[in-house]
Amino acid sequence: MSVEALTASAILPNRRGTLGALSDYFWRRPKLLVFLLVAPALLWLGIVYVGSLIALLLQSFYSLDDFSGVIVEEFTLKTYGELFKAQNLDIIVRTVSMAAIVTLASAIVAFPIAYVAARYARGKWKALFYLGVMLPLWASYLVKIYAWKLILAKEGILNWVFEQLHLTWLLDAYLSLPIIGGNSLSVSFTGTFLVFLYIWLPYMILPIQASVERVPTNLLDAASDLGATPMQTFWKVIFPLALPGIVAGSIFTFSLTLGDYIIPQIVGTSRLFIGQAVYVQQGTAGNIPLAAAFTVVPIIIMGLYLWMAKRMGAFDAL
Amino acid sequence: MRNTPRASWPLKLAAAAGLVFMLAPLALIFLYAFSTEEKTYQWPPPGLTLEWLAVAWQRPDVWKALTLSVQVATISTAIALVLGTLCAAAVSGSRFFGRETISLLVILPIALPGIITGIALRSAFSLMEIPFSFWTIVLGHATFCIVVVYNNAVARLRRTSGSMIEAAMDLGADKLQTFRHIILPNIATALLAGGMLAFALSFDEVIVTTFTAGQQQTLPLWMLEELIRPRQRPVTNVVAMVVVVVTLLPILAAFYLSRGGEQSVAGMGK
Repeated sequence: MSVEALTASAILPNRRGTLGALSDYFWRRPKLLVFLLVAPALLWLGIVYVGSLIALLLQSFYSLDDFSGVIVEEFTLKTYGELFKAQNLDIIVRTVSMAAIVTLASAIVAFPIAYVAARYARGKWKALFYLGVMLPLWASYLVKIYAWKLILAKEGILNWVFEQLHLTWLLDAYLSLPIIGGNSLSVSFTGTFLVFLYIWLPYMILPIQASVERVPTNLLDAASDLGATPMQTFWKVIFPLALPGIVAGSIFTFSLTLGDYIIPQIVGTSRLFIGQAVYVQQGTAGNIPLAAAFTVVPIIIMGLYLWMAKRMGAFDAL
Repeated sequence: MRNTPRASWPLKLAAAAGLVFMLAPLALIFLYAFSTEEKTYQWPPPGLTLEWLAVAWQRPDVWKALTLSVQVATISTAIALVLGTLCAAAVSGSRFFGRETISLLVILPIALPGIITGIALRSAFSLMEIPFSFWTIVLGHATFCIVVVYNNAVARLRRTSGSMIEAAMDLGADKLQTFRHIILPNIATALLAGGMLAFALSFDEVIVTTFTAGQQQTLPLWMLEELIRPRQRPVTNVVAMVVVVVTLLPILAAFYLSRGGEQSVAGMGK
């Protein structure tokens, strides 16, 4: 006797009403119910999102006719070839180096905060650390950039501090350096870097904190019992165990920096980052194929990055 | 049973400096909202005044942008709640072919940089000749809001024991009753949290919106315009402060509610 027959006759009578009948119907066909449950989201994401992504990818294989400025809808790799022109390659190298530096710096700045928050902070301090990470994480993105515009402005607080300390000469000397310097902090790569660091820092702190919290304290006791100095304990025990957290955080800081185009537009030089290049190409330049080809760059870089991160076990720390 | 050793001084100092770095910029926003200075970002502020609060209150463009943002966030959150919960129920309730693919698909809009989502949608709209409107903004927002609801709902459903559902059905409840009386009360707080996060995410979103909005200005777009071409700086200062207060109240509320218990407010990633 089949299961259906059992429930139908021996245990319960059929339910009454349309809803009851429907309920029984789905009970007998769980696969159909699952299908109906996922169908709306699947349709939405499949059509709206993946459809758009594929359309974008297709367009990167088209090209822009240099003379007429019309998009030629024929398969070609010419647009990808344009990525390797000196000016475009510059943009890619600039963005990737910025992402790498921001990631490295945020790991260094985040570690002490995450470590103290996870291992030492109690009571009132724990609350302060929690708010210190959560408030900047959830505060509006644009407002945070705005705050840095206030800080970095020529008449702003940072210049004022340097003035009060009689260190204006130091700031001027720093700003006269090539590449990282500029007319003022708000139009230099240093300014862009500071804002990136500030905005993505919480994404680095949280996974490190989670991974440090999971380090068993008896391992640390064991290390010091066996005669390790605090430094040795840190490098041989804590750091390797916290590494997956750092890698997990770096996924966020790296990927977010790669794709951002608002921050370098507001604080920074006129030289473009990948995100800005995409925006300019699809907007004023009207070169959607090149814009599409540019978006493929961060996708490939992040794909490689995620693959490496997965091998280092970063996904267990998320 | 953990003994709490003392942190060394350099470590404490580095952590404290980090905290100042994190919180000081937000504090500045509050101070600047009351500055009397009109033309520059002068520090220290020459004087303090409440005047700009009144000026900002009477600006129709601010109100219009705010209304649009609230409408978009409300509708996107509603769509995300329905789609995300259904999807979570299916994924956690059974194993089927393509289950992993669905989880990946849901997470994709947030894993890829916002600019890719934005330009993909924009080029799709132009290919299909859909004019930009209120609904194109909602379309973009709902896409990345689904994941937040989904993540919260899946995590909770995983912890809801299946035996309760089986017990309900053994006692003669039909699917609908089981959902109404067993599943929903269990996941209600997770849905509330997910919905709040989705709302906040949509309310604050700027990158995707720049690609999917036509003439309409959401509050972040208004703010962006002011950042690039400042018109009346004191008004921007006030709006910035109000936005901070509005986003921070739920965080503080969540903190006080979850204090003592386990902290499940997380849900990071934008």
